[in-house]
Amino acid sequence: MAIEFKPSPSLPPPSTAVGPVAWLRQNLFSSPLNVFLTLFSIYIIYLIVPPIIEWGIINATWEGASKAECTAGGACWAFINVYFEQFMYGLYPSEETWRINLAVILIVLLVGMFAIKAINKLFLSLTILLIYPVVAYFLFAGGVFGLEVVETSRWGGLFLTVLLGVVGIVASFPLGALLALGRRSNMPVAKSVSLVFIETIRAVPLITILFMASVMIPLFLPEGLNFNKLLRVLIGITLFSSAYMAEVIRGGLQAIPKGQYEAADAMGLTYWQSMVLVILPQALKLVIPGIVNSFISLFKDTTLVYIVGMFDFLGRIQAANHDTNWLGTTVEGYAFAAFVYWIFCFGMSRYSMALERKLDTGHKRN
Amino acid sequence: MTNTNMARAQLEQGESTIIEFNDVNKWYGDFHVLKNINFSIKKGERIVVCGPSGSGKSTMIRCINRLEEHQKGSILVDGIEMNNNLKNIEAIRKDVGMVFQHFNLFPHLTILENLTLAPIWVRKMPKKEAEEMAMHYLERVKIANQALKYPGQLSGGQQQRVAIARGLCMQPRIMLFDEPTSALDPEMIKEVLDTMIQLAEEGMTMVCVTHEMGFAKTVADRVVFMDAGEIVEANEPHEFFDNPQHDRTQMFLSQILNH
Ligand SMILES: Nc1ncnc2c1ncn2[C@@H]1O[C@H](COP(=O)(O)OP(=O)(O)O)[C@@H](O)[C@H]1O
Ligand SMILES: [Mg+2]
Repeated sequence: MAIEFKPSPSLPPPSTAVGPVAWLRQNLFSSPLNVFLTLFSIYIIYLIVPPIIEWGIINATWEGASKAECTAGGACWAFINVYFEQFMYGLYPSEETWRINLAVILIVLLVGMFAIKAINKLFLSLTILLIYPVVAYFLFAGGVFGLEVVETSRWGGLFLTVLLGVVGIVASFPLGALLALGRRSNMPVAKSVSLVFIETIRAVPLITILFMASVMIPLFLPEGLNFNKLLRVLIGITLFSSAYMAEVIRGGLQAIPKGQYEAADAMGLTYWQSMVLVILPQALKLVIPGIVNSFISLFKDTTLVYIVGMFDFLGRIQAANHDTNWLGTTVEGYAFAAFVYWIFCFGMSRYSMALERKLDTGHKRN
Repeated sequence: MTNTNMARAQLEQGESTIIEFNDVNKWYGDFHVLKNINFSIKKGERIVVCGPSGSGKSTMIRCINRLEEHQKGSILVDGIEMNNNLKNIEAIRKDVGMVFQHFNLFPHLTILENLTLAPIWVRKMPKKEAEEMAMHYLERVKIANQALKYPGQLSGGQQQRVAIARGLCMQPRIMLFDEPTSALDPEMIKEVLDTMIQLAEEGMTMVCVTHEMGFAKTVADRVVFMDAGEIVEANEPHEFFDNPQHDRTQMFLSQILNH
């Protein structure tokens, strides 16, 4: 008869040295002040969180055709549910929204390809910056390859918000860098043009610029020469953001020691070579937090396009709040908006932190 | 001393002037920083420039590659007149390597990238060829095993040797040094000086601002003493040190040699 060997499980380490108890002791109860702060925080959390969970989850209503069906006393998420497509795509035709989804999938795949070592990064960047926008534009607008034309006035919702944000960010970045270089240049023309542009734009609120872009410019343009309102708004946002970007980048340029400029000059690099190869890479790395800060605020500012009659993500939610079937769902709408904006902005901020870590090769400057 | 003799012999054969200052004057606002500089340097010559702080040594050698602009007089480098013509400035900078007191390596690039930047972008050399050449010069300054590190990961002495190698990668005809050892800890000075001595022995034209008088004695063909924007005295090292002509030179030497 074989005797079965059963190993007894090894004993866990003493709970005072490792494990949750030790962790708690070290991090939350290490001193009287910490004990007090911990208990106080727990009390605050106790006051806030359970009611939110009760309202948002336990007593929430998820399905329904009108506010009247939300009888559980909690949040009426049915409102978001019903309007979800409009919040995402605006008035983009339902049967065509796959085009937006496809464009999103494409860009995610393209950006993901940066992780593949064998791929030429320059080629990939150029594809993303030059080819992708054209493809995306035709996907969105249609009119080629039998795609149905979708007027830009029907673009809206989160789609429009992201579009305004991304185009504004991508276009204002190089423009801002140019303006920053211009403002520091020795050439009187470049210097004064940059200076006047930056100071003028910064002295005007975004609302004014959007209003000018959509209402005033057409008044001055000759009859017939009228171009798309979305395009005008995009230009307005880009110009606005580039002025701020320029000042952030200028801060970085100023922090680069004179010796770096001199070393680059002494080797015979031209002005543009020395800027692109030596100065800007260092300056931009220094101001990543400021750049991301501008991007985040631009992303949220785009919501001001409601002033010129465009319905972005927030605009769509506000409009839906006026639906007589759904009166009294303002809180749900804004909660949803806050949640989505938070995801995007938090994502940008985390990405910038990762980028900073990646670019920091741990070397001090000289 | 045989090295110096050999170099002299070479010098006497090729008497061509490579740098020429004619009545050069420069002002910073009202401040007259260079006064009537007249000086010429022959191909292959090793010049050491010394003088009290603020006497205009840096300003003078930085005029040679137009990091500073002079206002009066003329400077000729390799037969090219230094003026506002960008073509001339570019041509001269290709021929002149410079090593700075604070190294001025590019911190965002690896050592290898620091060295290949100018060959690739200014000399339009293929990347592979530039890298081979860079490795060759890194071996010469005995630092090839650090090629893939970043400047911040190297000691001061190593960084300065990289800076010398970076200057050499341009395959210049002239090397300028502006106090290359003044920012270094004492134990690192020797490794940098050794590299410079080796370079001098190979016949490179060198203009070197330094207070390393031992270096001046072994390597220099002439020592130039500057004070208050003027060249006070220029002489062969043994004459310069043993028999200085001017009071100001004597005073400077007594200060610098006695501490
Ligand atoms: N950019 C500048 N503007 C005004 N004065 C300067 C500038 N650069 C240097 N100087 C002055 O010129 C003088 C000579 O400087 P420099 O050539 O650096 O001297 P050295 O290298 O001999 O110590 C010093 O008095 C210095 O203060
Ligand atoms: Mg100096």
